[in-house]
Amino acid sequence: MKFTEEHEWLRVEGDVVVVGITEHAATSLGDVVFVELPEAGTTVVKDDEIVVIESVKAASDIMAPLDGELVEVNEALADNPGMVNDDAMGEAWFFKIKPSDLSQMDDYMDEAAYKDMIG
Amino acid sequence: MGDLKNLPLHALHEAHGGKFVPFAGYDMPVQYAAGVMAEHLHTRAKAGLFDVSHMGQVLLPLSADTALETLVPVDVQGLKQGRQRYGLFTNDAGGVLDDLMIARRAGDLFLVVNASRKDHDIAHMRAAIDGVVEVTDRALLALQGPLAETALARMVPSVAEMKFMDVAQVEWDGVELWISRSGYTGEDGFEISVPSDAAEDFAAALLAMDEVLPIGLGARDSLRMEAGMPLYGNDLDEDISPIEAGMTWAVNKVRRAGGDREGGFPGADRILDEMQNGAPRRRVGLRPEGRAPMRGGVLLFDAETGGNQVGVITSGGFGPSIGAPIAMGLIDNAVPADATLFGEVRGKRLPATQTDLPFHKPDYKR
Repeated sequence: MKFTEEHEWLRVEGDVVVVGITEHAATSLGDVVFVELPEAGTTVVKDDEIVVIESVKAASDIMAPLDGELVEVNEALADNPGMVNDDAMGEAWFFKIKPSDLSQMDDYMDEAAYKDMIG
Repeated sequence: MGDLKNLPLHALHEAHGGKFVPFAGYDMPVQYAAGVMAEHLHTRAKAGLFDVSHMGQVLLPLSADTALETLVPVDVQGLKQGRQRYGLFTNDAGGVLDDLMIARRAGDLFLVVNASRKDHDIAHMRAAIDGVVEVTDRALLALQGPLAETALARMVPSVAEMKFMDVAQVEWDGVELWISRSGYTGEDGFEISVPSDAAEDFAAALLAMDEVLPIGLGARDSLRMEAGMPLYGNDLDEDISPIEAGMTWAVNKVRRAGGDREGGFPGADRILDEMQNGAPRRRVGLRPEGRAPMRGGVLLFDAETGGNQVGVITSGGFGPSIGAPIAMGLIDNAVPADATLFGEVRGKRLPATQTDLPFHKPDYKR
């Protein structure tokens, strides 16, 4: 698993990459009450803001960590945004992306480096 | 801005996992370990303890009641001993400078004003009133929720006799507590002024009870929004009249047209005129459809495309007890009460239905 500085996690599953936010991020956001997902099938460019998350405190965006096509989004989050707080690293994934250039993964941290960053 | 000031109970907040944010010059706990949602629901179900020591506590001589009436549209002279009343400082344009609580006690008037406005309010009062004293050696706590009486009565049994908006000075553990039966959550509860050096013991004794959890600013905001209560700076400000803000009830009868002491407060011309002839804007409750919160500053339109801007959200977020987003907005009074409005969120206009306030009906002990 890889991690971004924006507190996303990326897990490779065959030829797609599953993306979510870390437990650390979910805890600092507070109770998530709204998630707006993009359409599956959308082509995205790294750093596009593609998901909106609103917690009881504030709104924030999730950016596409890679260039590619969104092959699936987690519709369950729209109906049950609290999943992000309950299971950030598991059930509460946001989208699956088919990357056009898997080497972009190399820019990201491994778990040890991420843990170091969040201290 | 200068350095942030700490509340008298800072160490206790830290010990309970408080996460701090700067607010009105103080380092304030926005939430504790439980989180905003759990703290909100706990307050509605049991009892929550809030540290509101950042607010201003002010004493005036009893003889200042007449002078205070020149600043607020309140019947201060008619306020009975042992009772408290909500008030608004108005300006000459008929807007609101702050909102406050006024209590008449045996020996003085006791006022509580907003943290962000206390320096302003004290200067404003000193210009019109002799003997204005800021209380600086007391913390202010609020214990709110259906089990607030049960919890507080273990320490101070006489609070069970108090009714909504009663005030009392009561001894506890050798110190004098100043207690009012009131709050900012839409729940029964108490606001308690306690000498700063006894505040930690007092708060710790409450927090040791099973019913009581510490509650941060985050849940304080969602609780007051559900209760339809305005926040100064958001739903009330210098341009919004009390009538527009839906606070007509806070203009007491004797200060209204035809009353014994009609007018005589700043902005009375506009305010009394709006009571008679209607105000240009009105504060409404809004229920956004769907799950996307509409927060303060979101512009309101009368159509999904095109149309006109007819208002703005003044407070909004998620209502944990409602299980959905809630908001309050100030809109053009010409907009029909059954019209759906559209809030522009991230470039998209989303529908919101006007609704009566409060969202959550209070359960006070009258």
